[in-house]
Amino acid sequence: MSMLYVHMLGIAILTSVTCTLPGVFIVLRGVSLMSDAISHAILFGIVVMFMLTSSLSSWVLMVGASLAGLLTVYSTEILIATHRVKKDAAIGLIFPFLFSVAVILISRGARNIHLDIDMVLLGELAFAPFHRLIMHSVDCGPHALWSMGFLLIINLLFIFFFYKELVLSVFDVTYMQVAGFKPLLIYYALMTLVSLTTVGAFDIVGSIVVVAMTITPAATALLWVRRMPYVLYAAVGISCITAFMGYCFAVVCDVSIAGSMALANGVLFVCVLLSGKKGGID
Amino acid sequence: MYAVCVPLVGGVILGIMSGVLGTLVLVRQQSLLGDAIAHASLPGIVLVFLMTQTVSLVWLMFGACITGIIGVICMHYVLTVARLKKDAILGIVLSVFFGIGLVLLTVVQKYALPNQSVLHRYLFGSVATLLRADLISMGVIAIVVVLSVYLLRKECVIASFDQDYARVLGYPVTYIDGIIYILLTLAISSGLHMTGVILMSTMIIAPAAAARQWTSCIQKMMWLSSFFGSCTAIIGIIVSSMFLHTPTGPCMVVTASIIVIFSMLFAPHRGLCKSWMRT
Repeated sequence: MSMLYVHMLGIAILTSVTCTLPGVFIVLRGVSLMSDAISHAILFGIVVMFMLTSSLSSWVLMVGASLAGLLTVYSTEILIATHRVKKDAAIGLIFPFLFSVAVILISRGARNIHLDIDMVLLGELAFAPFHRLIMHSVDCGPHALWSMGFLLIINLLFIFFFYKELVLSVFDVTYMQVAGFKPLLIYYALMTLVSLTTVGAFDIVGSIVVVAMTITPAATALLWVRRMPYVLYAAVGISCITAFMGYCFAVVCDVSIAGSMALANGVLFVCVLLSGKKGGID
Repeated sequence: MYAVCVPLVGGVILGIMSGVLGTLVLVRQQSLLGDAIAHASLPGIVLVFLMTQTVSLVWLMFGACITGIIGVICMHYVLTVARLKKDAILGIVLSVFFGIGLVLLTVVQKYALPNQSVLHRYLFGSVATLLRADLISMGVIAIVVVLSVYLLRKECVIASFDQDYARVLGYPVTYIDGIIYILLTLAISSGLHMTGVILMSTMIIAPAAAARQWTSCIQKMMWLSSFFGSCTAIIGIIVSSMFLHTPTGPCMVVTASIIVIFSMLFAPHRGLCKSWMRT
């Protein structure tokens, strides 16, 4: 029993940290709501992939979902480029459309898909430890722990190797272009990372709490830290603290873990704000 | 006949309200504000249900309004105090309030309160339980919204297009913004049960975005987007309840998206087809 709680806490913290890493760059770049868009649109990818292959293998669905995330980013950019609608409206038009098509498809044809719509929205971390990864008939622990751990390593490696490019693309795109880098490539690479991370996280915490875990720790960190690598460290620390706080609150009060983690993020943000930290980078 | 008419009238009311406000919101480039308000309404709805166990739409609407307005106030406060980007603040309010709603939802489930399925329709929307009494409350809100925008048309338009100019002319821009936000919250909370929390914002933006392609005059845009909004709601309700048997919200959104795509392609002056033909 106690092992179960440890596993759940581990999954909570791991998911939170993995989401936060790309979140810092998203918030700095001013595309925070893209993570909201992606977290809705991936449902479309999952449903379409399921209908095409009728496979429930998590790899197939993961690829489909990530492609749908990229499709959202790409089509939003195209819509903005037509100059017929502004950026905010473009985001607000694309992802609800994809999400709606997915909901209609689920409630029409793909009823036996393991994703129930409520699950997508609400997520349930409490069940995650029961979904075990079994290799060669050996129980290797919860599936979510492995998948989020894998995503964390990918995120860390990407940020480690492309740190310079990421920071440049956030603060000075013009210089980046002149210096011979490819800002667009880095942007799409970052968005691919966000899509992958969101896909991994959304059936654990639900598609809307993912947004809280992606952008709130980064925003809280930006309120009091002004230098770049330290923002990353602070955000990771904050995401660990909020995951722990949220998890404890949920267990004590017996309420939704994902919801409590979002709540803890909000509470910490307000505390930092009220303590007089106003933020410097914008 | 009655069973068909009530939802359709509700849809038309929703379409008119969101058409008028959507135009202002689109011009102000705050399309995703509606999304944040809709998500922020969830804790209010669940809290009212938890306290009163009512299924009355009016009370749930009231709860939605209260937390929606709290959400707007939070956004405004953080925006003035912290040096963070606007979209980050929107995202934080949206997701944290929804998280609080989730926590409250699990409390409702824990106590196994009767009629809790009523909360379910607030996620994706349904017109199945709409009553004539609900129409009256929706109608009252619609009249308040449309009348306020009509009476304050000059102020609303100028504060939406050019805040600095409006300030120089001596208009109380902060109050006008506040009124627009309150009207938006009222409209969203009265439409939530039809479209659902997740998809409400599209009902606000999409008709206005489609109307924008056909005209550049804000008054015509309001008329047109009300018309598009009503059409969207009617088609969405009919398709979802008679043909597809799916939740109402997604059908409305798909209809709205088709109208937007059509308008973007074929509108007489701004249409993409025309500019493609020219090149």
